[in-house]
Amino acid sequence: MGFITIKRQLRNKIHVYLMIIGLVFVLLMPVLLGAGLYYKSKVLFHDHSIWNLLFTKDWRPMSGKFGLLPFIMSSFWVTFISVLISAPICLLTAIHLTQYAKKWVLKFMHPVIDILAGIPSVIFGVWGILIIVPFISNTVAPMLGKQTSGYTIISGALVLSVMIIPFILNILIEVFRSIPDELSEAALSLGASKWQTIKYVLIKKAVPGIISAFGLGVSRAFGETIAVLMVVGNVIQIPHGLFQAGYPLPALIANNYGEMMSIPNYDAALMLSALVLFVIVTVFNLASRYTIAHLEKTIK
Amino acid sequence: MTDRKIRFIEEAFFRALMFFSTSTIVLLLLLIVLSIIYKGLPSMSVEMLTQTPKGGFYFGNEGGILNAIAGSLYLSVGATVLAFLIGLPVALYMNVHLIKRQKLVNTIRFFLDLLWGVPSIVYGAFGFTIMVFLGLRTSLLAGIITVTLLIIPIMIRAMDETLKVVPRGLLEASYSLGSTQSEISYRIFFRQCFSGMVTAVLLSFGRAIGDAASVLFTAGFTDHIPTSLNQPAATLPLSIFFQLSSPIPEVQNRAYASALVLTVIILIISILVRFFEKRYHKHKIKF
Repeated sequence: MGFITIKRQLRNKIHVYLMIIGLVFVLLMPVLLGAGLYYKSKVLFHDHSIWNLLFTKDWRPMSGKFGLLPFIMSSFWVTFISVLISAPICLLTAIHLTQYAKKWVLKFMHPVIDILAGIPSVIFGVWGILIIVPFISNTVAPMLGKQTSGYTIISGALVLSVMIIPFILNILIEVFRSIPDELSEAALSLGASKWQTIKYVLIKKAVPGIISAFGLGVSRAFGETIAVLMVVGNVIQIPHGLFQAGYPLPALIANNYGEMMSIPNYDAALMLSALVLFVIVTVFNLASRYTIAHLEKTIK
Repeated sequence: MTDRKIRFIEEAFFRALMFFSTSTIVLLLLLIVLSIIYKGLPSMSVEMLTQTPKGGFYFGNEGGILNAIAGSLYLSVGATVLAFLIGLPVALYMNVHLIKRQKLVNTIRFFLDLLWGVPSIVYGAFGFTIMVFLGLRTSLLAGIITVTLLIIPIMIRAMDETLKVVPRGLLEASYSLGSTQSEISYRIFFRQCFSGMVTAVLLSFGRAIGDAASVLFTAGFTDHIPTSLNQPAATLPLSIFFQLSSPIPEVQNRAYASALVLTVIILIISILVRFFEKRYHKHKIKF
């Protein structure tokens, strides 16, 4: 029975081929994604320059004007503010969990982070409507002497910031764990306090990793659709303040899929939005992942 | 104040901040789950779970969201099975056949992480272009294809995480006993990592059932339970979204109840994940 019979060899060959087909398919996916979206949106480039499409604010599909700037700007606002809010929380928690926390705290926080990460986008949207929107319109805005319905950039950013916490946090924890213990041990043995060690050794060494973690947070926040769409107001304008409504890129795609076949070039414009989204998110992802993958080399 | 005192205060201050931000995360999770339960529970009824929408459901009349529950389950189970069939061979290939080529494997991991980061709305738009290309209409099948693409990277990376910690000695022992590579893959590595595989499947399933943006374009929406792959299918997230957009309070309340249903499903999945992570070591060889 120990001999490798022809039947077993054949079975092995077939499995290997199947595996390679699967692998090639998976590796081709990003290329297919980009190519497919480009193919669908290229009609637009006949009478519009790419500059025109991305940096003008005139969005009137009926008269063939497809300026994506208001949507891109809204997306940048929401994303930037959400990362700004969640960054300090994640950084402090990651340091706490990797440096100070007792074992039971870690055991407790692990499922908390996982469950938070697993909650669907639409649930965050419902929660945003239930809690964040009234909070903004009834508490925060009057305190600052403003009036708003609550469906604003800041509401979207707050909901998003909660959504990306588990994501950034997990990567930060990984980053801090990847820094060799010898470094902090050396600092401690020289008489530095625990906090000094963290401040001058650990964080300093982790800076590229920390920035990448935030970069991944940006890419996650940028593409988030339903939750943001539900609380951000969806008014086509370039937002000038936190308490104005915005209309991020993913919301544009999601809101208009129904009518996109009835207006000429509308579908191409939406596919272009998806392509823009794909490119921006992938660039952020690429840069951050690359930095993290090479983090260990830079430390040693 | 001496220098030492300032240092001490600084550390105490930051430790307090750290404690504060850690508890903030716990409180946020509690706040989300409790507010959904608080708003959803009063409108919860057996009818919600066992009936499809009747006429005038979206104006506050009789009916339930069985169409969405069934549609979501069909879609997620279909997509998870497909993603498993494609993902398992790839994950095994990476960890058995390519074990000596770590550089290549790391590049593949890098690609998968990139795919994982692609927003689901982009998959939705891409799924739509495939749909048009293949001449499909919005249907259960189109939805399954799109969601499969979405969860494949998650599935493979989750399997890969458990497979890559299998000790090298197990592989060498199997080779020395005369196993072929595919036998090692499916009979030994798969069994050794069985609990991890279950976790990977559950994680992907959870992602599939909760995602709205990818099925918006492709699965459509209907008040009926789909009976074939060519029919459109309602999904829970979209059902919540549509009901919540309604100006009628009863319909909105039902959206909260539907949100509760989805939250409970997700919580059950994460409890199951935890359960399987701890148990199921029947076939596992200990070192």
